[in-house]
Amino acid sequence: MKKELVELKINGRRYELAIESSKLLLDVLRQDLSLTGSKRGCDDSSCGACTVLVEGVPMMSCTLLAASCEGQEITTVEGVAEHGALAAIQKAYGDWGGAQCGYCTPGFMMTVKALLAANPDPTEDEIRHALSGNLCRCTGYTQMYEAVRAAIEAEQEAGSRE
Amino acid sequence: MVDAAGKTTGAGRYTDDLTLPGMLIGKILHSPYPHARIKRVDARRALELEGVVAVVTGKDAPNKYGILPVGHDETALAVDKVRYVGDNVVCVAAVDEPTAEKALELIEVEYEPLPAYFDLEESMKAERDLIHENRPHNLEKDYHHVFGDPEKGFADADCVREARYIANEVTHAAMEPHSTLASFELDPHTGELGRLTVWSSTQVPYYLQHKLSLVLEMPMSQIRVIKPLVGGGFGGKSEVIPLEIIAAVAARAAKAPVKITYTREEVFWAHRGRPRTIIDMKIGAKRDGRLTAVAARVVQDGGAYCSYGVVTILYSGALLGAIYDIPNVRWDGYRVLTNKPACGAMRGHGTVNVRFAFESQLDEVAAALALDPAEIRRINLLQPPCITVNNLRVTSYGLPECIEEVVERSGWKDRHGKLPRGRGLGIGCSHYVSGAANSIIRSDMPHSTVNIKIDRDGGVVVYTGASEIGQGSDTMTAQIAAEVLGCTLQRVKIVAADTDLTPIDIGSYSSRVTFMAGNATLRAAEEVKKQITSAAARKMNCVPEDLVFRDDRVFKRDAVPSAPAAGDSSVVAGHVEGQILRGSLQQKRKEEAPKDWMTFEEAVVAAIDFHGALTGTGSYAPPAEARGGSFKGGGVGPSPSYSYSAQVADVSVDEETGEVTVHKVWAAHDCGRALNPVSVEGQIIGSVWMGLGQALEEEMVWKDGLLMNPGLLEYRSPSSIESPEIEPIIVESIDPEGPFGAKECSEGSLAATIPAISNAIYDAVGIRLREVPFTPERVLAAIRARDATAKKLDLTEGVDPTAPTRFREHGGALWFKGKGPTRHAMDPARRAETTMGGDD
Repeated sequence: MKKELVELKINGRRYELAIESSKLLLDVLRQDLSLTGSKRGCDDSSCGACTVLVEGVPMMSCTLLAASCEGQEITTVEGVAEHGALAAIQKAYGDWGGAQCGYCTPGFMMTVKALLAANPDPTEDEIRHALSGNLCRCTGYTQMYEAVRAAIEAEQEAGSRE
Repeated sequence: MVDAAGKTTGAGRYTDDLTLPGMLIGKILHSPYPHARIKRVDARRALELEGVVAVVTGKDAPNKYGILPVGHDETALAVDKVRYVGDNVVCVAAVDEPTAEKALELIEVEYEPLPAYFDLEESMKAERDLIHENRPHNLEKDYHHVFGDPEKGFADADCVREARYIANEVTHAAMEPHSTLASFELDPHTGELGRLTVWSSTQVPYYLQHKLSLVLEMPMSQIRVIKPLVGGGFGGKSEVIPLEIIAAVAARAAKAPVKITYTREEVFWAHRGRPRTIIDMKIGAKRDGRLTAVAARVVQDGGAYCSYGVVTILYSGALLGAIYDIPNVRWDGYRVLTNKPACGAMRGHGTVNVRFAFESQLDEVAAALALDPAEIRRINLLQPPCITVNNLRVTSYGLPECIEEVVERSGWKDRHGKLPRGRGLGIGCSHYVSGAANSIIRSDMPHSTVNIKIDRDGGVVVYTGASEIGQGSDTMTAQIAAEVLGCTLQRVKIVAADTDLTPIDIGSYSSRVTFMAGNATLRAAEEVKKQITSAAARKMNCVPEDLVFRDDRVFKRDAVPSAPAAGDSSVVAGHVEGQILRGSLQQKRKEEAPKDWMTFEEAVVAAIDFHGALTGTGSYAPPAEARGGSFKGGGVGPSPSYSYSAQVADVSVDEETGEVTVHKVWAAHDCGRALNPVSVEGQIIGSVWMGLGQALEEEMVWKDGLLMNPGLLEYRSPSSIESPEIEPIIVESIDPEGPFGAKECSEGSLAATIPAISNAIYDAVGIRLREVPFTPERVLAAIRARDATAKKLDLTEGVDPTAPTRFREHGGALWFKGKGPTRHAMDPARRAETTMGGDD
């Protein structure tokens, strides 16, 4: 298939790529840009391991044509760490058992980031609903709720210190 | 967790994240037939496609292998026959995935279909067209154990209950699909392909190295297996999966690195999950609740290859022991082959389905004797230390406390049997091994060996073959090393699961890592510590026994500060000092009187000056007295220590829709000592959650050998909305032989969840469910049978593998002969009908 020149904006950087118009965003991230943080866990958009933010909205990059994201702001898990340090949610997931094998974790990072951006103090019910599109086979999710709460507390503490 | 940052930032590399220069992508052509002879493979057109570098078939690697020495029945790619839909036939290595996929379409394979066996009873009747020629009646293995006098035990019983239970097939569905990258180096001496390096999503690098050596006919020393991050295993990566060998075979043919990653559908075909199991369980008890005898007949549908099958079936019988005091046991186990993907080891290996049957029936016995279900379990506790009738040694036993905790926290006394109709509580108990006392490859080698190296920089490097698969192996190892050496966790680096660098370890399965690799780490660290101690004692003018390692420093016993070291200034100074040259350090020493403490670096430098290199080795082999009986099959089940779990589930049942909702599970687990409480709780919750999935919705549905739900949407597991609150409760029995008293915590809890839910459903609506998962259809059928509003239809009745009267479709729906959907033309049942003049 003929390739087209596409300009993508990922984690604040611009990339000019020659890709087939049928190429999926996940494959572009993993194969063309070596941004392998986003994972492929299924064949049919059922697991959420490939979740990225497109204009702040969590989307599954395995069913998104890369070319259709031209001009939009894409954030992957590689763009979550702030100024080279772990973001509160990353630290909390590591400390509180939110990540076991870690394969689904990048997807959860993106979903939680979007959740907290829209709703800085969600109830457990709201967290459960927000996470329901991402599958995890290790944790039973319980420690993730604790991690999200711990991240919110850490953010609030940091906020009050400023 | 020491490896958490790589996982939360995406920087950590899993196998599929790796690339090598010139790397090719491998794709596998799978069999569309459940059982067929391969007549011809023609790959010429595929080879002509631009971008295709190599095409390999079974003939390129015909050596048989299998994870068990008694079960060498697999080849990497099918040689003469395919045995299940999805069996591996041809592999193409091409420059990219689309090219490889296109090439697969150009390959012609001519098959001669053979009669296929999908059903246990039918398969066991087979006389010809056997799945493996050396397995008459498609029976992989059967075992028959009798301990004590079961006949007398049942005769003495006041209450005997007997029933058939069925547990349908489930799979691991780990989030990371299997992936392998294989690359050969050119040998500088011969100029030909030389050493092989394989990166693979495996739980046991050593087994992979061993099987690669067997199939590729290369010495193990020429093969290096590296385990990158692994995205979950649950047993599914504990044996060699075909792609791991196929990638190497393809790399050899293509003379270039080849990476193969399974699609999710291929992962379902690779399977190795928990087999569909039919259990005939019979329990006898005295009026006071004491068990007199247990008899169990267990038949497992093992799929097309042996895999771990012989071990799985043995576990189903062996772990009837070591949880309650049962004086008389009879057990008959059958592992049957069928034309479906092979079943293997899955979390709670072999014990989960039998535990469901046992704990459910114990509830029935309690009801018949008007005893409280928690009470009947207390009545039958073991009195450790003890050895059970089937030669299992029990040393630490936290089950009484586990039962106590869940009964207390769930408000059992006030709520069980007293909740409004539709809501109920149920209890279940389980246990599991802390590693198998006997290795599957019989040898005298230790099960775990760990090396530790400390250099002048004071960095502690631990080399371990144990595999981190998400369970916290690396964190546990680092914690034990740091604890023994009294140093900070940051100081410890883990080099793990790389056969070139790390000593042999039989990997991450059967919950053996904390107990065995943990003990090996402990011993290695103690050996290093001894060397540091002797050198430091000389420097400090005291006897070695007087030294204490704490807070990154070495103290004389009477100089240990009561509070943790305040301020980091001394540590920073020590850090600098550790790096200065030996001569000036000695100069500095002369100037100073003997101190009453040294920094860790100073002590290390002193030790290296004194001993030369500072290294230590520790290994662990289970003690002889924990290795079980000498009877046939007695090698499976024994463990140096067992974990225990008790759970109470709080459920409600909608009698209109048959839907079961689990509100909460209280799960108490005796893990010996919790080395890392966050990890232990995570493992308990994860186990309970996986048990909940099997109890309520997970089920592999088959039709004529074809998997009907090979995707994560169709193979449902509970999402965050459906997952109940799980309260993990840690019980610490402090095992006498575990590292710091620790034992298993990652599998034992799973098995208790299913019967706890089943028993809670009985408490809620008075129905006894004997087939998992408890789907709304099965719940409704049981409710209607209870109310006699419909003809009684016991789905488990009449499924007798030795005297079949009716035909049964896998996956729960019952089809009477001739009434089901169109059957496969080669299905033996249909053939029988046709010859009898049937009209379909």
